[in-house]
Amino acid sequence: MSVTREDVLHIAELARLGIDVARADELTKELSAILSHMEVLSQVDTATLPTAAGVGAVGTPLRADVGVPPLMSGTLASFAPKVRDGFFVVPRLATHEDSSESGA
Amino acid sequence: MNQDRYEMVVGLEVHVQLKTRTKAFCGCSTDFGAPPNVNTCPVCLALPGALPVLNEHAVELAVRAALGLGCKIDPISVFARKNYFYPDLPKGYQISQFDLPVATGGSVVVGKTDKGADHRIGITRLHMEEDAGKSIHDRYPGETAIDLNRAGVPLIEIVSEPDIRTSAGAGAYLRTLKQILQYLDVSDVSMEEGSLRVDANISVRPPGQVKLGTKTEVKNMNSFSAVEKALESEFARQCALLDSGGGVEQQTLLWDGARETVRPSRTKEGSHDYRYFPEPDLRPLMLDPKWIEHMRKDLPELPDARKTRLATEYGLSAVEVEQLTAHPALAEYFEAAARASGDGKSAYNWVMGEVQAALRGAGEDISRFRVRPADLAQLINLVRGGTISHTAAKRVFAQMVETGKPAAQVAADEGLVQVGDESAIATWVDEVLKEHPEEATRYLAGEKKLQGVLVGFVMKKSKGRADPKRVNQLLSSRGG
Amino acid sequence: MSVDNYTQLGAAAIASSVRAGKISPAEMIRASFKRAADIGAGPDELNIILHADEKASVEEAERMQARIQTATDIGVLAGVPVAIKDNIASLGLPTTCASKILKGYVSPFEATAVARLRANGAMIVAKTNMDEFAMGSSTENSAYGPTRNPMDVRCVPGGSSGGSAAAVAAGITPIALGSETGGSVRQPAAFCGVVGVKPTYGRVSRYGLVAFASSLDQIGVLGRTVDDAALGLESIAGFDKMDSTSSDADVPIYRLAALGKPAPEARNPDTEAIRIGRSPVPLPPPPGPTTLDGVVIGKPKEYFPESLDPDIRKLCDRALDRFRSMGATIRDISLPRSPLAIPVYYILAPAEASSNLARFDGVRYGLRVDPGKGLKTMYEATRSEGFGPEVTRRILLGTYVLSAGYYDAYYKKAQAVRTLIADDFRAVFTSGVHAIFTPTTPTTAFPIGAISDPYEMYLNDIFTVTANLAGVPAISVPIGRVRRLPVGGQIITAHFDEYAMFRLAYALEAGLGAEAHQ
Repeated sequence: MSVTREDVLHIAELARLGIDVARADELTKELSAILSHMEVLSQVDTATLPTAAGVGAVGTPLRADVGVPPLMSGTLASFAPKVRDGFFVVPRLATHEDSSESGA
Repeated sequence: MNQDRYEMVVGLEVHVQLKTRTKAFCGCSTDFGAPPNVNTCPVCLALPGALPVLNEHAVELAVRAALGLGCKIDPISVFARKNYFYPDLPKGYQISQFDLPVATGGSVVVGKTDKGADHRIGITRLHMEEDAGKSIHDRYPGETAIDLNRAGVPLIEIVSEPDIRTSAGAGAYLRTLKQILQYLDVSDVSMEEGSLRVDANISVRPPGQVKLGTKTEVKNMNSFSAVEKALESEFARQCALLDSGGGVEQQTLLWDGARETVRPSRTKEGSHDYRYFPEPDLRPLMLDPKWIEHMRKDLPELPDARKTRLATEYGLSAVEVEQLTAHPALAEYFEAAARASGDGKSAYNWVMGEVQAALRGAGEDISRFRVRPADLAQLINLVRGGTISHTAAKRVFAQMVETGKPAAQVAADEGLVQVGDESAIATWVDEVLKEHPEEATRYLAGEKKLQGVLVGFVMKKSKGRADPKRVNQLLSSRGG
Repeated sequence: MSVDNYTQLGAAAIASSVRAGKISPAEMIRASFKRAADIGAGPDELNIILHADEKASVEEAERMQARIQTATDIGVLAGVPVAIKDNIASLGLPTTCASKILKGYVSPFEATAVARLRANGAMIVAKTNMDEFAMGSSTENSAYGPTRNPMDVRCVPGGSSGGSAAAVAAGITPIALGSETGGSVRQPAAFCGVVGVKPTYGRVSRYGLVAFASSLDQIGVLGRTVDDAALGLESIAGFDKMDSTSSDADVPIYRLAALGKPAPEARNPDTEAIRIGRSPVPLPPPPGPTTLDGVVIGKPKEYFPESLDPDIRKLCDRALDRFRSMGATIRDISLPRSPLAIPVYYILAPAEASSNLARFDGVRYGLRVDPGKGLKTMYEATRSEGFGPEVTRRILLGTYVLSAGYYDAYYKKAQAVRTLIADDFRAVFTSGVHAIFTPTTPTTAFPIGAISDPYEMYLNDIFTVTANLAGVPAISVPIGRVRRLPVGGQIITAHFDEYAMFRLAYALEAGLGAEAHQ
């Protein structure tokens, strides 16, 4: 499978990476070249494998529903680019009309 | 009518916030209403290097909910990352479950079918996930304020089968689901506070057609009635599209409650490619089948079972148990009062009458109601034992609500203890006959229907303390 | 003992002198900073160190001095200066991952590994240069310029933990923390002529390690000697409730392996008292002809291809001869799926990276570039400005292999093949082989700028990446030089059998003696 310029622009959009046109062409070549080395995997028979659910046979450890969160040595303002009244502040979504896109 | 030519097909996705003290993957408090970003830490702020650790209680609540909805629990389930950018999603992905959810295949009984069988709505799956934060768009011009206090709060998503056929059916399903979750005590299930959220998938098809039509997803409803209205509105829109020879486009729509209409969400379809993959920071969730069985045995009594039991144990009608079980706290209050007094019928009357009225008046929750079930039972017993009259009991109850004093004390303080003493009642009767000579004469002459009037006079004179039974007896003996 | 030979002092020797009060922690700090200045570790020369603060470090040393006088025990690393790779969160010094997107970012919390080092008496003197977000094999991908190899300044130090390997090689610290995803500790250790260990996945907490590929990432230790590496690993290993993937398996006293004892004396996991209270173990006696009696070492043919540099092959054969002369048996083995490791790795690691690096969005911390055209433009400007070319390439690659329509062909397939690669190791270790020996890298350090093709660069990891995919521990030990450049030999053992790995590493180091650096 070789990657097209449209693919690159699409995944750049998904990954929120601003990429100019010239760079998109270069990346198309680079990604195609890298992916050509991955073709070898399609020859490997993995049909008999059980689908991997995760690494190892041990379940994820659970924490009790108590306790203090890990402490932080600084306030939000010590690392945040823009804070006002305790909120992080970001430019508004250009197409925004309500908050319905957020949330689960 | 659209209903004659098209059938509505609806499946609902319900997000429920679990009642835990701390977040799903960190020790931050889940308290509602803290100042912005106060309940945050490196984990839920997604600071570089922070890692999630799963909250045990969130797992317990999710499993309890799933068992209560008749789901099968998978002993191995896997968390997955759902990747998308939004400023209130700190990691750039939501930890959720995808192809291996914790539970599948349950159902909810919503009333009866025409033929009298249970009407079931299937539950496709129930999975665990974390909530996002809050974006506030109207606080600063041109900017969005982000509060991550809610980010990482544990949720379950309950996905129904497309088994719902009417908007009223959707409402009934949601009310039943909410009631079950309340009984399971896994969530506050309040749409107002955002602890229960509903998205609807809806399509239409001609009756008899098996194949499903193209569906749309409707979001942004803030009440069950909004869900019903939104479904009606979208149903009409889809029917009109098909009638005009057009087709339904698969898309996400937002319910506009003010205008009572749906409008397209501005997100482009196809731009959603969530790139799910197993969350490598967590190992699979492994649940011991023995533990699952233990959880199943430990389930609280669910609404249907409780209705049946209350009806048999306390001799109540179907309508009466329906009223009492509307909320688990109400049913529990009733039952405690009924047990303590040994009089289910009176307990029902008091709970649905005076107690409910007092709660409505004060806008109070029954769990915090001043008059506890044992206090009410004492009052019921005073009436039954003849210590106070029913009329006086209502006054006593009002005082109990006001002062918090026990029934017997209120009755004594207010002088409402019923007087059964023959001579005292005889004195009142004599006085009444003297004060109302006309009625007395007619009554004594045999006009029996005046007995009630005279009893009333006696009761009034005694300020409700006279035992009406004795008064009647006495009058009868005089009237001969 | 004196600070004059600071660059020759092992961590254990420093700690015992400091504990005995023969030398002060502040003297060690000054010696470390002096060495860094003398050798030119700063940005315009070797460019090993990204962040350091001598004044703060001296103050820390003075607090340590007070601790020595009052506390009953101050740890096995008392007064030992340690350098930390810049993708491991530390208080006091920035944590930038050598990226513009985190320029100036100081973490408000500390990685578990760093906190444990401090609890053991170590002092953090520097954050070291690296490939941006650990993506690279040469430390040329740093936003702050490449690091130069102290063995030959024209060459790269390897990567991505190039700064940590160079710091140890240059004698700035006896121990440094690095991180591995596909060989990022072992490969630079080999290129710089030092020891580099990648423990079993789950052995060391990842809490505070800025994630690249979570299912592969593991903090590792660089040391001047095997003993430094063992002491360093011992100090940071063990279960951490903050990392769901960390293991609660017992951590043996690795340094007992120096005595040639075959069975680890396991200790109870992780109470600070036990860890801090242990006293240094004496260095091993010279290895005799029976030191490794009964040990079977596998030599996998896939790691000794026809095309292998004959000089590197020769040094490997010499190392294997030493093992043999100490009583070990060398057995030819096969790890048939190892040649698939690079394609598997370069699907899985970028896939996870594309997700792990989504949090760098300019919203809560780090760089924000806002052209004033709304949120999406802010995201795109921040991320394209903040990430360098290799990071961008890998995020795109990872996004691609996870995207609709490609997930099964790439990500899912690679996961399946990963389990086959791990099965190869399991089969070998259950067939009576105790350890596997291979060259660490196919070449020695190459000149800065010599490799420009991304895939050719990826092939640097060809012998190391399988241990990450299988999750097994591995160590690179110096086994000699080719054209004056260091060569590393790799010892791989079964899951959580770092003890056996250290036993062989101690033996090989002692068996080669000065030849290890010739």
